[in-house]
Parts: sequence; structure tokens; C-alpha cells
Amino acid sequence: MTKIRTPYLLLLPGMVFLLTFFILPLINLAQTSTQTPVGGGDTGQYEQTLRFQNYFDAFIENREQFGRSFLYATSATVLALLIAYPLAYAIAFKGGKYKNFMLVLVIAPFFTSFLLRTVAWKQILGEEGFVVQPLRTLGIISESTTLTSSAFAVVAGMTYNFLPFMTLPLYASIDRIDPRTLEASGDLYANGFTTFRKVTLPLSMPGVVAGTLLTFIPAAGDYVNAAILGSPTTKMLGNVIESRYFRIVDYPTAAALSFTLMISILILVTFYVRKAGTEELV
Amino acid sequence: MSDVASSARGDLILSHLTKSYGDFTAVNDLSLTIPKGSFFALLGPSGCGKTTTLRMIAGLEEPTQGTISLGTTEITHTKPYQRPINTVFQNYALFPHLTIFENIAFGLRRRGIKDVDEAVNKALNLVELPHLAQRKPTQLSGGQQQRIALARAIVNRPALLLLDEPLGALDLKLRRQMQIELKWIQKEVGITFVHVTHDQEEAMTMADTIAVMNEGQIEQMGSPADLYDNPETAFVANFLGQSNLIKGTVSSNDGDNQIVDLFGQKISLRKDRSHGVDSSIYAGIRPEKFRISRLETATSGNILTGGKVEDVSYIGVSTQYQVLMPWGQELMVFEQNDDGVAPFSVGESVNISWEPSFTFGLRGDEDAEAGTEVNPDEDPGEE
Repeated sequence: MTKIRTPYLLLLPGMVFLLTFFILPLINLAQTSTQTPVGGGDTGQYEQTLRFQNYFDAFIENREQFGRSFLYATSATVLALLIAYPLAYAIAFKGGKYKNFMLVLVIAPFFTSFLLRTVAWKQILGEEGFVVQPLRTLGIISESTTLTSSAFAVVAGMTYNFLPFMTLPLYASIDRIDPRTLEASGDLYANGFTTFRKVTLPLSMPGVVAGTLLTFIPAAGDYVNAAILGSPTTKMLGNVIESRYFRIVDYPTAAALSFTLMISILILVTFYVRKAGTEELV
Repeated sequence: MSDVASSARGDLILSHLTKSYGDFTAVNDLSLTIPKGSFFALLGPSGCGKTTTLRMIAGLEEPTQGTISLGTTEITHTKPYQRPINTVFQNYALFPHLTIFENIAFGLRRRGIKDVDEAVNKALNLVELPHLAQRKPTQLSGGQQQRIALARAIVNRPALLLLDEPLGALDLKLRRQMQIELKWIQKEVGITFVHVTHDQEEAMTMADTIAVMNEGQIEQMGSPADLYDNPETAFVANFLGQSNLIKGTVSSNDGDNQIVDLFGQKISLRKDRSHGVDSSIYAGIRPEKFRISRLETATSGNILTGGKVEDVSYIGVSTQYQVLMPWGQELMVFEQNDDGVAPFSVGESVNISWEPSFTFGLRGDEDAEAGTEVNPDEDPGEE
């Protein structure tokens, strides 16, 4: 008897936690999303009227920010992948005895607060920073262009902030590749590029899928980077939800937007995993 | 892929090949010709440089010095993918994300060869696993993976097939079976096989020619029978089977023979089997070449008297004796249980005799223990 019960007992704390802090709030959120203001009531007073029109209104009103969220998140994810892949590859195959030390360096930024790091980026990209002037001198950007308060700054900040989430799963799956399979590929008439395309990349796909999800999902819902590094024209959906909740006190719209974002991500991710992750991997 | 290197054919010629890692020399000035179409074994203990040699032939290691040629084409500095050489890796290194069919087709597709299906199916039939084409490597047993690794290499019809301890991960029974099969496949396809192994029995079973390697150099090269019957160094004498090495001095010459004094007893040794350089010598005799006899029994040939049986192990087909000689050395004697003579018992006084032509002579300044410390069944390991 105990043998059968044990797994459920082990599940219990997690289930209770999820129920209390995820399922119940989610139900609450769903309820809020279809409420309307109480006629003649105070700001922030809403009643349930099952107004599903809220979703449509919220989406139409914020479709620009909605698109931007996905555009920025996708850009940041692609950039992070391009930066993290060579990094993870180098650590896994060339790291030798410094592997663990290099991994610590990858997660070292986590020892400082997320907010602080984002504010630091504002300094780095700002007028006094060491990035703007060289770029102007080299003529890559014009004298009048600033880097802060721009889409570039937001995407750069997100790329930087989520880079470890991309690097670690990539490292884990590249590190598992038997270097002899790469030698075997060379032995079987594949040059370096073909070996990468036909062996290394397919074998590291689990890491690519995990890393892109771990980057894309939080990036799509992020508002800190847009708030600190962006401008009103670079607002993302996260910023809208934040201001609806805490400034305008428009709970139903905020809740409807939250749900829309969540479901859109869910659909996108399902589609992506189906497309990229169906191949049976070891 | 139509460059000169990839179409090279002919004997494999290694010339003054050296590979150093810092202060350590893994392969030291190795020169060797492997005739086209032969089954050649590089035999030696872990760390003797055999795998490094193989990797240099494959192009996976760059030689520090020396050249590698196939026929008249030098391939020392060509990339692995430009060489008409394929490898069966130690742990097979099959591609885990591809089916068995695609694993075997890999090399053909890279070279843009037509009729991939036909070639792959032929290779699958050769290794008798056509029904596994759509499986993934992890769904196969070790023995099956081994065969697929072989098929994946052979399907390309390389000028040279390299086998790096290919049977190391298989259990003993499967290993014996694969040894026979590999030899059969080699004859069937006619490709030059270069087989690296630390297992002397495996090398002797399969290879036409064996090069015994030790500390980055070739100790001796020849047919399995040559190496076993007439070893030239103590290392070869001990690494291939077991040997009794008895210290002595050459006392005189008698036509084609040398007369050797072993602690006061005279034996004879054919000059062409004596590899000593001066009068100090080790006389070597394989344990199964010895005959053991009671004192009253008449014996002929080389005789050593004054032995005392120290230990008897009956192992069915033969009985193994440890015989203590007057000078304190224990000799190993393997006696076939086929002569109806009652076994000897511990403590019995015996003589030992043998056919003089079985004696081999080694340099007296050699380490008589060389090659004995190596356990042939140890983990093949990395070099």
C-alpha cells in the first residue's frame, strides 16, 4: 500500500503550491477578464457581466504593442541563439578543465539584480557610455542618433538579460554530443560545415528548443526592459498590462490582455515544438 | 571530391612517422608498409601509440614529423574527409539522430553517389542486418551496432579500412564470432584492413601480418606464427602468449647452432633463431614446447635436469606445471593430457626437455619481464 501511495505523497506539496498560487489566481484572473465597471461605483469597482467583448476591445486597442512584444521577443531570441551557440559550443568542446569556471561566468550576472543590470545597460548605451561615441566616430550611426529609448536598446537589453537561459540548455545538449560522432562525420567525407549542419546541429536540437523557449516566453511577457531602456513608442504588452493594473486600475482589460498573451504564447510554442522538436532524439 | 587524394589507391606507406605531445612521444619514428588488400594488425598494450598511429592515418591527428602515403599519393596533410579511408570507431560513434539506413548512407550522400539505396542494402546484407534499416542506433545491441559501424565504413569502398579496437566492447563469445566474421568480410570485399588491438589472440586470429608496438615503436613485425615461434625481443615473447626466459651465455658454436650454457647445463639453439648480440643471452622456450619427464625416462633434444614440481593445475585439455629449477627459477610447462602418462605430483623430481629447434635466443641485457605486466583483458582505454 505504502509503495503505491508514496509517489502521490511526494507530489502533494507541489500540487498544493501550484493550486494555491497558480490555478486559483488563474481562475480569478479569468473571472476578472469578463467584468465591467459597476455603474456609478468608484474606480476599481467591477462586477461580473461575462462581457467577452473585453478581449476583442483589449486586443484591438493594443494590437500594436502586441505585435511589438512578439517582434522584440523573437529578435532577442534569435540574437541570443546566435551569441549563445558558439559560446556553449566553445565551453563544451574547448573548455577543458575551465568548463565549470566558464559556466559560473555565464550565470554570474544572476548575482546582481535583474533591475540593476537593466539600469546599467541604460548607462552603457547612454550619452556618457562607451558605446555611442565610437559608433558615431566610425560613422555606423549618425551624430544625432541616440541608442537609449529605442527598440535597439530594448532588444539588446532583453538579449543580454535572457542570454544565460539560452546558453545553459544549449551547453547541456552540446556537451552530451560524443566528439567521436563528429570525427566519424569527418571520416565519412563531411567537411566542417556539413558536419555542423548534419550532425552537431541536429544533435543539439533539444538544447536549441529548450533555450529558445526559455528565452522567448519570458521575453514576450517582459516589461522591465521596455520600461527602462525604451520609450513610449517601444511599449510592449507587458507594459500595457502593468499600467492597466497599477495605474489605470482597469483590471478587466489587464486580465483579458494577460490571457490573450498567455494563449498566444501557448499556441506559438506548441506550433514551434511540433515543428522543431518532433524528431525523436536520444 | 574528385581530387587526387580521394582516389588514391595502393599500399599504405608510413615513413618516419612521429607524434609528440609536449615532452611525450606517442609515436616515435615509425616506418612501415602495409600491402594493399592485407589484414594488418597493430598490436600493443594501452599507451603504446597504436591508436595515435591509426588516428594519424585517418587524418584525425596531425603527425609531428614524417609522411603517410597511399600508393604514390602523399596524404599526410589532407583532411580526413578528403582521404579514401574509413574508420570503425572504438565505441562505433554511430549518429544517434539518424536511422541505421541513414547512418550507412551518410558517406555515400556526402560524396553525391547515386544508387544509395542499393549500396546501403548490400552493406546491410553483408552484415546480415537488413531488417534493422529503420531503427535508431540506441535500439540496437552492442554487437549489432558494431556491425552497422562496419557497414557504414565498408559501404564507401575505401582504399583502407581502419578498425580501432572494434571488438573491445563486446563480450567474449560475441568477440570470437565477430573475429571470424570480420576476417570473412575482409576476404569478401578485398579492402586493406588495419586493425588496432591490445588483444593478442584477436590479432593472431585475424591478421595476416602483425606489428607489435611498444612505447611508440614497432618491436617486431611478421606473420602470427613468426611472432609466436620466433620472437626477437622479450616484450614480444611475453606479450604474445607466455614464455620461459632462462639467462645464459653462449659457450661455443656448432655449425648452424650455438651451444648455450644455462647455469651449467648445455643446450643448443639455432643461429637463425638467436637474436642476441654478444655472449650474454636469454634462451626462450614456450611452455607448451616443454616435455616433462620422470628421472628414469629417456629423453632427447635439449634437457634441463634437477627440476622439482612446485604446482600442478589441471585444466582439462592440458595440465600446467610450475617446475622449480636448481637456480631458483620457476619454469612453466603446459603438457597436453594425451599421452596416458600419469600426472606428476607436487614435490616430484623431474627433467625438462624440448626439441632444440623450438628454442629462441634474446639479448641478455633485456628486461625479462617486459610485456608481462600487461593484462590483455584490461580496459582498452584511451591513449
